[in-house]
Amino acid sequence: MEDAFLMIVTMASATLRVATPLVLAALAGLFAERSGIVDIGLEGKMLGAAFAAAATAAVTGSAWLGLLAAIAASTVLSMIHGFASITHNGNQVVSGMALNIMVAGLCPVLAQAWFRQSGQTPMLGQQARFGPIELPFAAAVAKVPVIGPLYAQVISGHNILVYIAAIAVPLVGFIVYRTSFGLRLRAVGENPEAVDTAGVSVSRLRYQALILAGILCGVAGAYLSTAHNAGFIRDMTAGKGYLALAALIFGKWKPVPTLLACLLFAFADAVQIRLQGVPVPGIGVIPVQLIQALPYILTVFLLAGFVGKSIAPRASGIPYLKER
Amino acid sequence: MTATLALDSAIAPPNGGRWAIEAIGIDKWFGSVHANRDVTLRVAKGSIHGIVGENGAGKSTLMNILYGYHRADRGEIRIDGKTADIGRPADAIALGVGMVHQHFMLVENFTVLENVLLGAEGGALLADGRAKAHAELERLGRDYGLEVDPDSVIEDLPVGIQQRVEILKALYRGAETLILDEPTGVLTPQEADKLFHFLRVLRDQGKTVILITHKLREIMDVTDRVTVMRRGAVVADLATRNTSKEDLAEQMVGRKVKLGGDKAPANPGAAVLEVQDLHVADDHGKPRVRGVSFNVRAGEIVGIAGVSGNGQTELLEALGGIRPAASGHIRLKGREVETRRPGLTARVLRRMGLGHVPEDRHRMGLVHGFAAYENAVLGHQDAKRYRKGWLLDRARMVNYCGDWMKGYDVRPDNPLLEAFSFSGGNQQKLVVAREMEHTPDVLLVGQPTRGVDIGAIEFIHKRLVAMRDAGKAVLVVSVELDEIMALSDRILVMFDGRIVGEVSPETATERQLGLMMAGIAEAT
Ligand SMILES: Nc1ncnc2c1ncn2[C@@H]1O[C@H](COP(=O)(O)OP(=O)(O)O)[C@@H](O)[C@H]1O
Ligand SMILES: [Mg+2]
Repeated sequence: MEDAFLMIVTMASATLRVATPLVLAALAGLFAERSGIVDIGLEGKMLGAAFAAAATAAVTGSAWLGLLAAIAASTVLSMIHGFASITHNGNQVVSGMALNIMVAGLCPVLAQAWFRQSGQTPMLGQQARFGPIELPFAAAVAKVPVIGPLYAQVISGHNILVYIAAIAVPLVGFIVYRTSFGLRLRAVGENPEAVDTAGVSVSRLRYQALILAGILCGVAGAYLSTAHNAGFIRDMTAGKGYLALAALIFGKWKPVPTLLACLLFAFADAVQIRLQGVPVPGIGVIPVQLIQALPYILTVFLLAGFVGKSIAPRASGIPYLKER
Repeated sequence: MTATLALDSAIAPPNGGRWAIEAIGIDKWFGSVHANRDVTLRVAKGSIHGIVGENGAGKSTLMNILYGYHRADRGEIRIDGKTADIGRPADAIALGVGMVHQHFMLVENFTVLENVLLGAEGGALLADGRAKAHAELERLGRDYGLEVDPDSVIEDLPVGIQQRVEILKALYRGAETLILDEPTGVLTPQEADKLFHFLRVLRDQGKTVILITHKLREIMDVTDRVTVMRRGAVVADLATRNTSKEDLAEQMVGRKVKLGGDKAPANPGAAVLEVQDLHVADDHGKPRVRGVSFNVRAGEIVGIAGVSGNGQTELLEALGGIRPAASGHIRLKGREVETRRPGLTARVLRRMGLGHVPEDRHRMGLVHGFAAYENAVLGHQDAKRYRKGWLLDRARMVNYCGDWMKGYDVRPDNPLLEAFSFSGGNQQKLVVAREMEHTPDVLLVGQPTRGVDIGAIEFIHKRLVAMRDAGKAVLVVSVELDEIMALSDRILVMFDGRIVGEVSPETATERQLGLMMAGIAEAT
């Protein structure tokens, strides 16, 4: 009993840690796709941001400067995507994919050139990373049964970026559903002509959406390299950008359902880590590779089977052309 | 005649008034298409100004230039006598120009209120402008008889109400000049009359209305002045009371036209298409066809009339085998058709002798990047006559297509040109040629002349009657009442997914049909 509860607490805590970059990236994708831009480049933006954060933090010793650099890098990448797909009406998936490939190659090369540690950035010390924060009263309530450990170990004790991700969900919801910008954003992903004829610039809106996407991906990337890990390793995003995109679809392009989808994927990941090397009764030890594939298998199943009628913003993926 | 009349408007506005809008020397190219050629249009303040012209004459293009949606290559726009630099719709809106587009510019999954607010939110937060918009919508609704429920979602509203929302959008933004691009295409005659009444009210308040239509009766009814466009240029500008329908038709086409044509009485045989209690849903699962039964006999043309969006599209798609039916029976030449599985059926149906000219030729009738000859055999590419062993015989396909293009007056008659390089009317003739030349026994035709110029309309109508006289069954679905009246031997009226009555074209009046199309009257 005691053991089981302890396991739940550690798993829940792990789920939140794994979910953080997913949530941030998925919200970034939400802005992009609601504006009508399919953002397969989440992966690349996050990876670029992770590198920028780690490199900056390694040089300056400041995690916050790393975060700023990450946001800047990711936003620049986002603007490149915008330039190709909004200004020049390029294919959004192709240009997004090109971004991913470019970043995946460029970051290790730069890391090698600057730090000469086989394509990685130097290990970051404690002060160059985002450390755990103890929320008020965590120690005081820790002894209270059930609620105590939940608060002290699941809710409290994460780094600041986890809390930023948590706040980002209602904030994005507010922007999308309560502000004029949000109304225009939702409209432009459905029917850009309606937005245009209502006197609002379609490209400006889409660029704005991509800037927001860039900022969120920047935070996600910084989390990976300066909070969750202590430095940049090649391909450290490991498909999280795509997973975030899947969560976005699963969440029907809405903030809260998307959050839940991210938590589900993160939970699968936490289970996966737990199961590694542990013999399952009746089956024995499952090969690590198979277990590691668990979140992805789950994705395929969910997207194929359960999502069913998830209707994308109608204009997403289509360049806005007025003249045939 | 053209020259003198064009002059009289160029001097000064009538009765010492002012010009609301002037477009002077407008030129606009789309790639190689010269959509507006040195167009000059002057619209007097406080008048209803009509613009007529065949499809593709450049009416919408000109209006979109006035509205800032397209930018002219050359020319000047003046509003209230002052030169205006209109580069974006926002500029036009700020100068008091509002436009209701031919294809509505509404966000379908938004509410009425959200659509009205879009671009005119009145604050950073939606809450800031919401109350004001609510009140204003209520006031406009009361003053002009344009009531709508601000919280209903656009896609749940009938097209007529959607149009009302478009008008409200323009009024909410303070339009002094209202442009309506073919507004009556989606309305019943009664709804159109109501719209015209509203336009007169606007005019009496000193506002200016530009009304685009290709229905000459409407021009005669409601406008003060009319401009005729042909092939991108203005060919006449007349006071409405000094002209007539026949006169305008001739100006539009450049020659005398005879619409409808005479046809001998039908000589129907056995029923070859039998539909029984058919139910069909749309892509969102919403039932659109709700229990429809009818027959089409060999040697007759049956017309289905109705305001667009009353299930005709889904009915036609189900009959053509491209949309599964939810339930019901379709029998073709006495054989039951498997309606639940789409895809396979379309092909089987073609083999069984069904031809289908789909409503939407851009999406379903043609592959735009394919050459004319490829489009001309599409759907029948397995036939022996197009093949050389396992391969397609290109030379032969080109040959066939060339013959048909001559026979159906497709211009230019070059089978190697890609489909998109033909004008709408010629694309339609190519589709009609393909469907007719594969000798169907039953021909389904959706909107035979949508986006087609008058010359081609005459031609297509003649061909359809000839099919009928050759003993084929023809089912025509059209939102154009004139067309239905001219072509059909029997008319079925569809409203809200049901057939609400059958009438004979000899005895039916437009008024009676209009009431039936609105779901108000039954067949007598
Ligand atoms: N957005 C566009 N891109 C390219 N060609 C266009 C566009 N809009 C109209 N055209 C072309 O310009 C010509 C005039 O079209 P339009 O102004 O829509 O005519 P109308 O409204 O009188 O039917 C047509 O040949 C049409 O194909
Ligand atoms: Mg038009």
